[in-house]
Amino acid sequence: MKTLIIIPAYNEEMNIEGVIADLNKHYSGIDFLVINDGSRDATAKVAGRCGVKVISLPFNLGIGAAMQTGYKYAERNGYDIAVQFDGDGQHRADQLYLLLEPVQNGETDIVIGSRFLGGNSSGFMWSRLAGIRVLSWVISFLTRQKITDPTSGFRAVNRKIIEFYSRYYPDDYPEPEAVVLLHRARCRITEVPVLMRNRLAGISSITPVRALYYMIKVVLASVIDMLKKTPGTL
Amino acid sequence: MDIIIPVLVTLFSVFLFLGTLELVRRNRLKEKYAILWLFSSSTMFYFSISRDSLHALSNMIGIKYPPSLIFLLAFLFLIIINIHFSTVISKLSDQNKNLAQEVAFLRELISRRPEEEEKE
Repeated sequence: MKTLIIIPAYNEEMNIEGVIADLNKHYSGIDFLVINDGSRDATAKVAGRCGVKVISLPFNLGIGAAMQTGYKYAERNGYDIAVQFDGDGQHRADQLYLLLEPVQNGETDIVIGSRFLGGNSSGFMWSRLAGIRVLSWVISFLTRQKITDPTSGFRAVNRKIIEFYSRYYPDDYPEPEAVVLLHRARCRITEVPVLMRNRLAGISSITPVRALYYMIKVVLASVIDMLKKTPGTL
Repeated sequence: MDIIIPVLVTLFSVFLFLGTLELVRRNRLKEKYAILWLFSSSTMFYFSISRDSLHALSNMIGIKYPPSLIFLLAFLFLIIINIHFSTVISKLSDQNKNLAQEVAFLRELISRRPEEEEKE
């Protein structure tokens, strides 16, 4: 099955090389695509030097639109499976098969790698953990299905969802909303436990104030998604 | 006292109406967006010169000081116009995003061309 690994990256010149090396070590026959979201540093150059395909957005569009760029690429180039793999190094290539297998076997439409399935929640700031818990509760309630890690961007999807996301993908902080939209589109959603790393270098974009804004925005948007007449159109 | 505000509003609504027309004439404002402004300024103009209708409508909805009806109308129009703008901005930013994505795809395609020609 033709598989594409989409790696969104914004100012990740410190991490991107390690991410690609990690992926190369485990997967040689799969296509990688770095979406350089208008980085001001040498992200595109470094990624290009590693020999992967890089698509550079002319300016910073935010993670949602960057992800969608990858999905559009997958849609146009006939990929059967697409994987979201962060460019900051927190996703581990050795965990990827856990996401891929259920999609390859056609058991489900999307697999989300969860850090919490299996009960492990060490190494998190309490505020972030509380935020994720609340979101998990809201998203689980809306989708009528237990979603333990709705903010996880470590996902694998099949062709059906590639097509859906290339038509519509939510804007900033898209991950939880993207799950709600799939529920409305009657897709099969599966979570599997995965291990993740802490960031390799650079700083995370999440501060306590942003985390609060994040939560309010995501909850509101998700509820609205449930009320939309036709999810997936603007 | 009661006459100053209506006169000001009359002058202002005439100014707004003509200003909007002039912007359209110079191609600085699309007709589509001018309609709401023209409609707002006409309504304000009508109520500022026709004291009878202003008083009648004020009485009907229980406004004691008729000129404040003009402010109410202006305020409501502003809200409608702003919501209209928000929808326009949403559409524009979506189009902008799509364009940026297409530019990125095309740029990638162009950057690949020389090496493919070498292969042939």
